[in-house]
Amino acid sequence: MTKTETDTSAAQPVATGAAFTKMSALALVVGWLIPGGGHFIQKKWIRGFLLMGSVVAMFAIGLAMQGKIYQPNAGDLLDILGFIGDFGAGGLYILGRTLEWGGTSISFAAADYGTKYIVVAGLLNIMSAVDAYHIAIGKKQ
Amino acid sequence: MILAMQISHFTAAAIFAFFVSIVFGITQRNTPREMVRCGAIHFVGWFMGGMFLAGWVMWLLHH
Repeated sequence: MTKTETDTSAAQPVATGAAFTKMSALALVVGWLIPGGGHFIQKKWIRGFLLMGSVVAMFAIGLAMQGKIYQPNAGDLLDILGFIGDFGAGGLYILGRTLEWGGTSISFAAADYGTKYIVVAGLLNIMSAVDAYHIAIGKKQ
Repeated sequence: MILAMQISHFTAAAIFAFFVSIVFGITQRNTPREMVRCGAIHFVGWFMGGMFLAGWVMWLLHH
């Protein structure tokens, strides 16, 4: 192995010990309940606002297109997966179900796009909550 | 009567690509510079590029 190769590998960021702390648990839960919230409590303001804006915008556009918010169900596999995706939106999902937002049936193309937007907003929110968790445990800057 | 927002498939895909690229960029990289670069690559290269490519493939299959 050449010296250059050794130097390069030494320069790679090393993941520190992933310690599960109160902050890491809080970042995960708050990040799920409030899109971008996990970043806000760690003072990552710009990232938090961008994540919040993206997730909320996708959820809102989905609703504007009369997208459907899935309910807990044990029926069709796609309906179950749809619920899991929607549930990832955390507080937005709870709010949407409580206030009965969204369409009841997917009867035209835009409603189908909207339903996908809402599912993906939930999945993106899970990604953002996990990212907040990684920052809290020191795995990411 | 409930009025639903009506947008074309292309517009829906472009808006989708924009927001998903932002989240991918932020969550997949460490530094702000890398985040912007990753988000831009996802938006232009993967999502929009993939959409145009898929569109042309479908056009060729149809003709």
